[in-house]
Amino acid sequence: MPQISLNNLSKTFIIREKLKGKHTGIKSLIKRNKREVHAIKNLTFGINAGELVGYIGPNGAGKSTTVKIMSGILTPDSGSCTIMGRVPWKDRISHVAQIGVVFGQRSQLWWDVAVDDSFDLLKDIYRIDESKYKKRLKQLTETLDIGPYLKTPVRQLSLGQRMRCEIAASVLHEPSILFLDEPTIGLDAVSKLALRQFLLEENKQRGVTMILTTHDMHDIEALCSRVMVIGKGELLYDGKLKELKRRYTGTRCIHVSLDTEISNVRLPFEIEIEKTHEGYNFFFDPEKVNTQKLMSAAAEMLPVNDIYVKEKNIDEIIADMYREMSI
Amino acid sequence: MKKYLTFFEIKFKAGFQYRIAALAGVATQFFWGFMYLLLYKAFYEANSGSLPMDFEQLSSYIWLMQGLIMLVFVWFWDFDLFNLIESGNIAYELTRPLDLYTMWFFKILSARLSKAIMRFVPIVIVASFLPEPYNLGLPPDMLHFVLFVFSLALGVCVLITFSLIIYASSFYTISAYGMRMYVAIIADFLAGGVLPLAFWPDTFRHVAELLPFSSIMNVPFMIYIGEIELMRLPYYIGLQLFWFITLLIIGRYMFSRCISKVTVQGG
Repeated sequence: MPQISLNNLSKTFIIREKLKGKHTGIKSLIKRNKREVHAIKNLTFGINAGELVGYIGPNGAGKSTTVKIMSGILTPDSGSCTIMGRVPWKDRISHVAQIGVVFGQRSQLWWDVAVDDSFDLLKDIYRIDESKYKKRLKQLTETLDIGPYLKTPVRQLSLGQRMRCEIAASVLHEPSILFLDEPTIGLDAVSKLALRQFLLEENKQRGVTMILTTHDMHDIEALCSRVMVIGKGELLYDGKLKELKRRYTGTRCIHVSLDTEISNVRLPFEIEIEKTHEGYNFFFDPEKVNTQKLMSAAAEMLPVNDIYVKEKNIDEIIADMYREMSI
Repeated sequence: MKKYLTFFEIKFKAGFQYRIAALAGVATQFFWGFMYLLLYKAFYEANSGSLPMDFEQLSSYIWLMQGLIMLVFVWFWDFDLFNLIESGNIAYELTRPLDLYTMWFFKILSARLSKAIMRFVPIVIVASFLPEPYNLGLPPDMLHFVLFVFSLALGVCVLITFSLIIYASSFYTISAYGMRMYVAIIADFLAGGVLPLAFWPDTFRHVAELLPFSSIMNVPFMIYIGEIELMRLPYYIGLQLFWFITLLIIGRYMFSRCISKVTVQGG
């Protein structure tokens, strides 16, 4: 039995909208249109202890809703969800004692007081043993490099500094499962790298199961072996990141820049040519067109200044995939 | 219990960051205190025959009200909590292994106590040394003082359980600003925060005394100035207990409904 298992989970929100059209001003005071939004539909998956899973999808796909249900905040309409043998929204209090949650867009630290005062409060809330707490705090201070900020009031911290403290706050009680909802949002490169390093270590050394939602595909590349893609509330892909990449890197691209302008570029291959401000992009299917042949032909027939194979960016792959799945 | 005490510690620390605000609060309370005294002074000089309490008692009532303002006025909402609801940070509150109602009860209590302490001490000291009859006098005896403290504590419980119902209602609106304005004005008026209930016409007073708001301010203050006979005390304390338990049950029910229906928007 997996540590986390979801079965046919569904959640619908009712959105009330203003009436559309002219002359609805007064009417809309008393009557509004109701619209149902299926945030998630029949979601089924299982996650084993120690897995590090990336959970991706475009905005509004239902990622946060899933995370909120798994952390006991939302109650689903139908379906089941069992995490370490408990139903999150039914046994909320005992469930949340075992998990850690990071909401990248929200703050759990007390705005007016020093960071370590917030930590002390969490220590009491989670009833962490004093000696255990000291040890854990020392370790977190070192790995997340937050030593200099512990005595600073939260309102004076930068986003990156605060975010690292938020992460520390979420794992003080050594949870065995960690839900991260866009933890790297708005962070600079250094903070991002530090955070990824920390998450990897937590996962490797303590075997923490992690589910990470993000829009930064580099987070996924750096951290997750397994990826789940959700769109319009439905699970569309569940598997290895490599496989996902292979599947959606269908076309290949060669970039060519020329010495002299040529009015009409033509090559005897089945390619699609796109003119950019730096030169040309040749798109083709690597199964139909031999890359090497295309490149030597181009070098021969055109006044080539520079030529290279363009690696498709992970963001582009995902964008293509979203487009293809029309989500 | 320890985890709830920590809320007090952290609220006190947070409050201490705004010492100047507390100081300004003390100044305001003195200003109001003196203004009330002058107003009633004129009142009493014009008509000293048929007034429900002595001027000394009234002075004590006014200084108690000013010194304990944070413990007896609904008006002082904990905006942190409204922010949690309106910003959606309530999500984090629900990931804590604590009962939300109990946690918020203690959060409100901590916020109010920490503010009350910083204001109470200077006001009580200065008001006690004012010349008679403008000073904060002593209760008739030790028993009255003990009963006052007990009744005040019950009053604070009524106040918090009442405001928790208002916090719960704001789960249903995007912004609860309008509602809490009205509620606070009406509640504080009915508690005797503008005019002590003793001055009200009999019929209105009898009705107001039955409402929960009287239990917040009127009852403990009347005990302090010795206006409630010991014989009648069980009735008033009983009423306070009744409202505390009733409001607690209603609030708890509302919270459990809110939690199961809560939708945290965005992100």
